[in-house]
Amino acid sequence: MSQVTVMERTLHIAKPFVASAAPAASDGSRIGFENVSVTYGALTVLHSFTLTVNPGEIVALIGPSGSGKTTALRTVAGFVRPSGGRILIGDRDVTHLAPYDRKIGMVVQNYALFPHMRVEENVAFGLRAHGAAEDVIRKRVPECLAMVGMSTYAKRYPRELSGGQQQRVAIARALAPKPQVLLLDEPLSALDAQIRRSMLDELAKLHRDLPNLTVLYVTHDQSEALTLANHIGIMRDGKLKAFGGSQSLFRHPPNRFAAEFLGRANLLPVTDVQPLDEQMAKVRFGNVTLSARNHHGLARGSDCLVCVRPHDFRFSRASEPNSISGTVLSVQWQGDVHNITFDAGGETMRMTSAPMANPPRIGETIAVHFDAAEVTLVPEDASHG
Amino acid sequence: MAEAAIAAAPAPRLRLDSLWIAPPLLILAVLFFYPLGLIVRASFGEDAPSLATFEQVLMSSRFLDGLYHTIVIAVSATAGCLVLGFILSLVIAFVPFPGAKMAGRVIDTVIALPTFLVTLAFTFIYGSAGLLNETLMHVFSLDLPPIDFLYSQWGVILAEMTVYTPFIMRPLLATFSTIDQAQIEVASSLGARPLRIVRQIILPASLPALVAGGSLCLLLTVNEFGIVLFIGAKDVITLPLLIYSKAIQEFDYTTACVIAVVNVVLSLGLYSLYRLAIAHFGGRRAGLV
Repeated sequence: MSQVTVMERTLHIAKPFVASAAPAASDGSRIGFENVSVTYGALTVLHSFTLTVNPGEIVALIGPSGSGKTTALRTVAGFVRPSGGRILIGDRDVTHLAPYDRKIGMVVQNYALFPHMRVEENVAFGLRAHGAAEDVIRKRVPECLAMVGMSTYAKRYPRELSGGQQQRVAIARALAPKPQVLLLDEPLSALDAQIRRSMLDELAKLHRDLPNLTVLYVTHDQSEALTLANHIGIMRDGKLKAFGGSQSLFRHPPNRFAAEFLGRANLLPVTDVQPLDEQMAKVRFGNVTLSARNHHGLARGSDCLVCVRPHDFRFSRASEPNSISGTVLSVQWQGDVHNITFDAGGETMRMTSAPMANPPRIGETIAVHFDAAEVTLVPEDASHG
Repeated sequence: MAEAAIAAAPAPRLRLDSLWIAPPLLILAVLFFYPLGLIVRASFGEDAPSLATFEQVLMSSRFLDGLYHTIVIAVSATAGCLVLGFILSLVIAFVPFPGAKMAGRVIDTVIALPTFLVTLAFTFIYGSAGLLNETLMHVFSLDLPPIDFLYSQWGVILAEMTVYTPFIMRPLLATFSTIDQAQIEVASSLGARPLRIVRQIILPASLPALVAGGSLCLLLTVNEFGIVLFIGAKDVITLPLLIYSKAIQEFDYTTACVIAVVNVVLSLGLYSLYRLAIAHFGGRRAGLV
C-alpha cells in the first residue's frame, strides 16, 4: 500500500492528516508545514496543518473559498504568523523569519507589478533588493524575460501590457532572484479561459526547464491542479481533507468531499462490501451486484459509495456486468460531448459521451455500465455535507 | 434650395439659462475683483500712477526681511509638514495598531480647528510661563525658563507644522488606501526590507499626493497671518504681518497695497503650481477628489 493510501486511511479514522509525497532529490527547497495552526481571535482558519512539498515538486492546494488554502500559502510567505506549529524551507525553520529573509518567489492573482517601473525594472527589483551587482542584474533580467517570452517588452510599463503579459512579467520577477521555492496564489484566475490554457502550458514548460524549483500552487480550479501538479491537497474548513498524487487522487478519492470536489464524481450509495481479493470487491446497489476497486481496503459488510466519473459510464447494449438502469432527466449537447443526467434508484447520475446522432430522450429508460477497474469504493464520510 | 433651407432655419434665441452666470460674477466683482482693483490702483500711488512706490518698497530692508521670513517660514513649515505627514500617515496606514482609524479621524479634526487654538496651546505648553518651562524650573530650581524657542522663527514654523500637517495627511492617507497591498507583499517576498519598500514602492505611489498637498500647504503658509501674529515672535515679520502693520498701525496704505500686490502675485503663482500639480497627476490619484 502506498504512503498516500496509508495517509488516506489515517484521514478516514479522523486523525490529523499528515501529507507527504515520496521524497525526490534532496536540497534546501523542501517546504514543510508541521502542525501549523492559524487563528484570528476565536476563529481558527488553519487546523494543525501538516504537509511536505518535496524539492522539485508542484503541489496544488485546492478547495472552496474559505477553506484555508491561501492562508496556508501565506504562512510560507511570512504574511500570516501561525499561532502554532512550524514552517520549514529546506532545513530552515522560517516560522518567525520576516518575508524578506525567506528567499521565496511569489506570484499573485492580480500580478501586483509595480506600476511606476518598466518591465525590466520590475524584474530587477528582487535582484537589487538582494544586493546583486549591476553586471549580474544586466545579465539576469534579459534571461528571465526570455524565459517567459517577454524580451521585447522590457522597456514597457505594466499598464501597456495585457493581463497574460503582466502575469508573465510577474513570473519572471519572482524567478529572477533564483528563489528556492515559488508560491503561486491563484495566478491564472484573472485571465480569460483561452489565455489561462496557454499560460497553464507555459507554466508546465517553465517547470520542465527549472526541474529543481519547488512550487506550492493555490487554486480553486481543479483542472489547473490536475494539469500542473504532481500532488494535490484538497482543503476544507482549514483542514487537509485529502492528499495524494494527482492521478491517484482523481481515480481513488479517499472520501466523498474529495470525490465531489475533484472532478465532480457520481457517488452511488452501495451496501455490503464483499472483498474478492486485495484489489476488488463486490457491493450491492438495490438488487444489482456491482464490482469496483477496493482501493481503501473497506471492511467486509460495510456500506460505502461507488465513485464513478461521468466519462466512465457507457451505454449497455446487452446485459453486461456492472450495469444499472435509469430514467433520463436531461440531455445537453455541448459540441464535443453530450451531457446526460439520469435517475438510478433515486440517485441523480451524470454521464458524458461522445456526440450522438440519436441521443436518448428525456423520460426514456437507459442502461449503462462501467468498467470495475476504473471505479473505486469510497468510504462514506460521516462529516460530509 | 439651400437658400430656402437657410431662410427656414430658426433665428438663434437667447438662452435664459446662460443668465445664471450673472449672480456669481456679480458677487465676485463686488467682493473680490473691485477691492483687488482698488488695491492695485492704490499701489501705484495716490496721484499720477507711477512705479516709484513699488521701487521704493521693494528695495526697502523691511520688505526684503518680510519676504525672506515669509519664504523661509513657508518652505520650512511645508518641508516639515511633508516629512511629518508622510511618517504619521505611514504609521497610521501600514503599521497595524488598535485605534489607527480613530487616530486618522482625530488628525482630520485638526483641520476644522481655528489656527489660533494651536498657537494658544503652544503658549500654554512651551511659553515662558507654560507647562514645560514651569515644570523644568520647578524640578531643576531654575530662575529663568530654559525653553525659549516659541517666540522665534522656529516657534512659528512648529506651530504652522502642527496646523498644516493634516492637510498633507488627508490626501496621503487617501492614496495609501489605494496602494495594492499585494505589491507590498510581493516586494517583501522579493527580499525588500521595509525602508526599500517605502522608498521604491510607497513613495513613488504617493508622489502625486505629496506634490499636491505640499503645494496647498505652501500656499496656506505663505499667507498665514494668525499664527505669526499670535505668537508675536521677536524680529519675525512676514508679508501678511507687514501689510497689517503698514495699513492698520502706520496708516501707510500705499506701501501696504504694494506689499499686498506682491503677496497676491506670490499666492497666485503658488496656486498655479498647485493646479498644475493636480492637473499633471490627476486629482483622483492625488487623493484630492
